[in-house]
Amino acid sequence: MTRTLFALIKRDLNLAWRQGGGALLGTVFFAVAVVLFPLGVGPEPNTLARIAAGVLWVAALLAAVVSLDRLFEADHDDGSLDGLALLPLPFSLVVAAKCLAHWLASLLPVVIISPFLGLMMRLEGDALGALVLALLLGTPGLSFIGAIGAALAVGLRRAGALLSLLVLPLYIPALIFGVAAVEAARMGLDPAPHLMLLFGATLFAVVIGTAAATAALKFDLE
Amino acid sequence: MHRFANPARFQRLASIILPWSDVLTAGLLVSGLYFALFASPADYQQGETVRIMYIHVPAAWMAMFTYSVMAAASAASLIWKHPLADVAARAAAPIGAGFTAIALITGMLWGEPMWGTWWVWDARLTSVLILFFLYLGYMALVNAIENPAAAARAGAILALVGFVNIPIIKFSVDWWNTLHQPASVIKMGGPSIAPSMLLPLVLMALGFHFYFVSVLLRRMRSELDLARVRALEDAIALNSEEAAA
Repeated sequence: MTRTLFALIKRDLNLAWRQGGGALLGTVFFAVAVVLFPLGVGPEPNTLARIAAGVLWVAALLAAVVSLDRLFEADHDDGSLDGLALLPLPFSLVVAAKCLAHWLASLLPVVIISPFLGLMMRLEGDALGALVLALLLGTPGLSFIGAIGAALAVGLRRAGALLSLLVLPLYIPALIFGVAAVEAARMGLDPAPHLMLLFGATLFAVVIGTAAATAALKFDLE
Repeated sequence: MHRFANPARFQRLASIILPWSDVLTAGLLVSGLYFALFASPADYQQGETVRIMYIHVPAAWMAMFTYSVMAAASAASLIWKHPLADVAARAAAPIGAGFTAIALITGMLWGEPMWGTWWVWDARLTSVLILFFLYLGYMALVNAIENPAAAARAGAILALVGFVNIPIIKFSVDWWNTLHQPASVIKMGGPSIAPSMLLPLVLMALGFHFYFVSVLLRRMRSELDLARVRALEDAIALNSEEAAA
């Protein structure tokens, strides 16, 4: 069972990384979106440091939404989702594995480049560490909550704008706790309570995202 | 419960309830508005603007109540595959969005004279705004899916996910609010509200509930009629195809 799941994750990662997979597009989008802000509000270091956490988090949420259409769409279109449903595994595990692969391919790169963008936004020391840690703990939840929207919108035309409307309101807790952690560290306070709440929200997202996306996809397969 | 799954029985029941709920809506709203606008005192601090409350507070209650009705109907639709529950959830959404919009707009109109600004990023206001977006998302999803059964199922899942998430969103927004700005806003009401103000509030709230029942039943009826029209159209199309063949 574990081997099948690993094979599934590896398959999704390969599909995302090879030509046409576009795994890095979301990450590039993240970088461009962040870079637009100093151009918009001016390069004054204190201003940038003040808005850095919010800008980086919002950009990460948008990067997640932008990459969601790949989560189930391709497998739905070419019929391989039907095949995956026939695996000798609970379908919810298949869905969870696909969400995990989505996080590894699309959002882990965002976490990896976030310290560089954080430095450019004038975050320093503990605040920068808190930012990376918060993104690491919070972004998996984005994949799982996003899976609900992706599963509900699968097969629809113009799913992109609809997806953002469905998913972004549900991302608000992650945004709030994630930014609060960075802000606490910037003020010299302990970010741990915020990080714990953030990870709690992520765990909740794993449970509810898997269950709801599975239910939505099952109906689509019937 | 499945007694009411029969559309004909539902139509009969609705035609019994509707006259009553219409009369109650009209009576309660008219008497509520009379007490709200004429027979209740102006607030000693807020002056006449306090009368906005008699629309604003019931609308805000209804915004939450309607989402609960939608979630309950969605649960019934998913668990028991109750066909009328789908129709109810779908019919309730625009009503709830309307109440939410009324709550937001009257809140802004009230905020301007009271707080000196149209919008405050207060935890409550922000949560209601997010609730409005949840309604819009539900309506957009249900309208985007052409197959009615698939739309009902997807809408039900989304409504339940939203319902489960609302407490978490609410908690996080409160958390955010306490971090960013200490309560700069006059906290409304409290338990001690003058009886002369409570009466119009209760009348208006009840009136809003019966209004909801009336509109919901009408919307459900028209949805059922629409389904019947579609079925007839399909049958006619099938017949003419057979005749042509």
